[in-house]
Amino acid sequence: MALLELNALSLGFAGNRVLNDVTFAVAPGSVVSLIGPNGAGKTSLFNCITGFYKPQRGSVVFDGSEMLRLKPWQVTRAGIARTFQNVRLFRQMSVLENVMSGQHCRTSMGAISAVLRLPAQRREEAKIREVAAECLRFVGIANDEWHRDASTLAYGHQRRVEIARALATNPKLLLLDEPAAGLTKGEKDELVTLIRRIRDERQVAVLLIEHDTGLVMTISERVSVLDHGVMIAEGTPREIQSNPRVIEAYLGSEDAEAALAL
Amino acid sequence: MALEPGSPGPQAVEARPSAWGGLTVLLDTPAKRVVAIVAILLVMAVAPQIFGAYITVILTNALLYAILALGLNIVVGYAGLLDLGYAAFFAVGAYSVGILTTEFGWNFWATLPVAVVAAAVAGVVIGGPTLRLRSDYLAIVTLGFGEIVRITARNLQITGAASGISGIDQPWLYGWHIVSQSDFYYVFLALAVVAVLVSVRLANSRLGRAWLYVRHDEDAAEAMGIDRVRVKLAAYVIGAIYGSIGGAFFAVNLTAISPQSFSFQQSTLFLMAVILGGMGKIPGVILGAFVVVLGPEFLRDLGSFRYLVFAVGLLLIMLFRPGGIWPAGGRR
Amino acid sequence: MTLVTLLAQQLVNGLVLGSFYALVALGYTMVFGVVKLLNFAHGDVYMVGAFAGFVVLSLIGGMVGTSWLGVGLSILLSMIAVGFLGVVIERIAYAPMLRAPRLSILITALAVSLVLQNSVLSLTQGQVFAFSPKLGFAGINIGAVFINYKQVALAVVAALLMIGLELFVSRTQYGRAMRAVSVDRDMSELMGIDVNRVIAVTFFAGSALAAAAGTMAGAYYGSIWYFMGFLIGLKAFTAAVIGGIGSIPGAMLGGLVLGLLESFGTTLPGIGSEWKDVFSFTVLILVLVFKPTGLLGKSEQERM
Repeated sequence: MALLELNALSLGFAGNRVLNDVTFAVAPGSVVSLIGPNGAGKTSLFNCITGFYKPQRGSVVFDGSEMLRLKPWQVTRAGIARTFQNVRLFRQMSVLENVMSGQHCRTSMGAISAVLRLPAQRREEAKIREVAAECLRFVGIANDEWHRDASTLAYGHQRRVEIARALATNPKLLLLDEPAAGLTKGEKDELVTLIRRIRDERQVAVLLIEHDTGLVMTISERVSVLDHGVMIAEGTPREIQSNPRVIEAYLGSEDAEAALAL
Repeated sequence: MALEPGSPGPQAVEARPSAWGGLTVLLDTPAKRVVAIVAILLVMAVAPQIFGAYITVILTNALLYAILALGLNIVVGYAGLLDLGYAAFFAVGAYSVGILTTEFGWNFWATLPVAVVAAAVAGVVIGGPTLRLRSDYLAIVTLGFGEIVRITARNLQITGAASGISGIDQPWLYGWHIVSQSDFYYVFLALAVVAVLVSVRLANSRLGRAWLYVRHDEDAAEAMGIDRVRVKLAAYVIGAIYGSIGGAFFAVNLTAISPQSFSFQQSTLFLMAVILGGMGKIPGVILGAFVVVLGPEFLRDLGSFRYLVFAVGLLLIMLFRPGGIWPAGGRR
Repeated sequence: MTLVTLLAQQLVNGLVLGSFYALVALGYTMVFGVVKLLNFAHGDVYMVGAFAGFVVLSLIGGMVGTSWLGVGLSILLSMIAVGFLGVVIERIAYAPMLRAPRLSILITALAVSLVLQNSVLSLTQGQVFAFSPKLGFAGINIGAVFINYKQVALAVVAALLMIGLELFVSRTQYGRAMRAVSVDRDMSELMGIDVNRVIAVTFFAGSALAAAAGTMAGAYYGSIWYFMGFLIGLKAFTAAVIGGIGSIPGAMLGGLVLGLLESFGTTLPGIGSEWKDVFSFTVLILVLVFKPTGLLGKSEQERM
């Protein structure tokens, strides 16, 4: 059974059809990429899955439950975590605190236990820090950076912190929105390794939006292609590379570079 | 920023800019900070003996403002909700005590839980509709609620209408009748210490962090599984409780309350205390409260120009030093 | 007095009141349109306008008399002076705060409001000043309803100002620029529009209208004091929101609606005049919670 299933999803804003009858699935423990020319509606799709946009028609089923009625925080609690296209770390807060935010939805101590400093609350605080520390080590951020203001980190490190933050929510599915944007070649290779480790060591399925077709072809088990809100192809990387509709969609847009990379 | 023994050591502690700001240069170890705090508390403890009745009253007022400013700091400084009607919660506490003791003969200490519950209810009633509003609207709506509470208190018989409630009995605590200026000074001093402790613990907790996450980037916070409505409501309710307890003790201190004490001007004074000292930082907020209360005393000669000086000060701070007058420090 | 007469009288009162609200609401809505800021100090600009008009009338009253001509000139001069004040405030307090977090700008606006209030408080020692132009009590009768000339003049002046504004916004270059900036500020800049100029003009116009309302209110109600801007500021904001914040026709409509609501609301049993303000605030809260886009506003969908 698929981990995530989108059925006939349709979304429109002020007369624009952003997503048109999109049907799509992600198998548990797999790495799936979502590609398509700019403006195809990929981030909007993420926003529908995570509850930030409400589609007019269709359904989003995750782990057997319907997600459409849920608010974004409830979607995260259900097990879907995400990163953003523009890194959105909490500024003026430390790297560690940023990652600790992920554990909020997995813990429960409230104001009264905090004020009274109950032993259970102190244990929970220690656990939150431990989990955050573990996630940071997992993505390879050294602990001399943990107490720095997150916005002062190098760009590549910030991206990794964002991933660590998402992992701290203990997700079953991780949505990565253009994780390779702005990374150097070396950093992209590290990203590939990281995504594989996320899938293998943490049993988390990964769905990523990416423009770097090389990276997409290397890491993905399956690729789906979105163009102008319509799902035009789905298959293995190899199949997508030789799909004429896909090539046409890229050539037709300004993404010639991506088309050539195919 | 560890204030009590048993806290995690420097490596594991959070690393937001220290609330001590520029003073971290002087007070660079936790030990030095503890000494500083103890020294301040000692001075505060003997103040009534040294300074006499008039100053004691002013200091008591400053402590009251400190308590209220700490409460408003949770709403504005941590959760980022610009509440322009905070005096409403102050009123809820004061009138709860006033009505229950004078109309129904309750013992003051029994009225405190009622004041707390009433504040929590008020926090939910005011917070509920406003939480989803953008910040400009939220500010005006809270102002509106503040005015509604004040006007209602002014119109209803049970709240004494425009003349308010008087003849409130002052409480007994195990044989100690709390009546004199210095009696109330020590009560407020104790309350202020408790208020600070509670604020510190909240700031360093899961909820305290959640407030900051929501304040810095609401959508990212939601994406991390944080229910921002619940978190903001918690800020309102906790802030309301601070206000209400301050109001309760204010009522027995003065033995009489009237709607004038709960006006928009009052709300702005509380807000000024929070901002002048440095929004979100506990020592700064306390300093701000003292400045707001002591300032007019020093500026007495200026007569009605006093508040103009404050208003201009607030404007200058917003334009040039939005972090408040507390010395800004670097990171640890 | 029959019910019909009562209602008709309230209708007149409501329209008069509504005109004040509309004039002040226009300032809120225009400024919000171009800089996306709720100018918290706007109500106090109205108050300063009232005092400016008072001062002008005191100065020129000897020369032109304190009847219609005197009052008219006071309104005009007050509008000009306070219009410039509005621009000065914008330059000093708001322009530097453009990139600051929302909370900071709001607090700055609050600070400006307090500065204006306390300046006038200091200068006047909090006294209430009697504004007593000699406009007489004559009027006309429509059926059993008496409408005095002051009310007529007020409505006429307000209407003229609003028509003037509408023409300015729809016909002139500045007006078009204003609309462009309120839709997309960055794009307007790229198109060569001097955004700072446009903002200055907007503040001038909004403040001038508020000043006109303030002077007229002073002349109509007969007294002015430093705190008179507080309540009107909130009510005008309510009016702007009812009509749809950012929409100029909305502000006009909202002002009239609120004026009528208040007027008729106080005739309802149980709501005496001491509850009038609670009534208005409740309306404000209900509108903001249930229909924040107001009557004529557009729904905003947040794009991520």
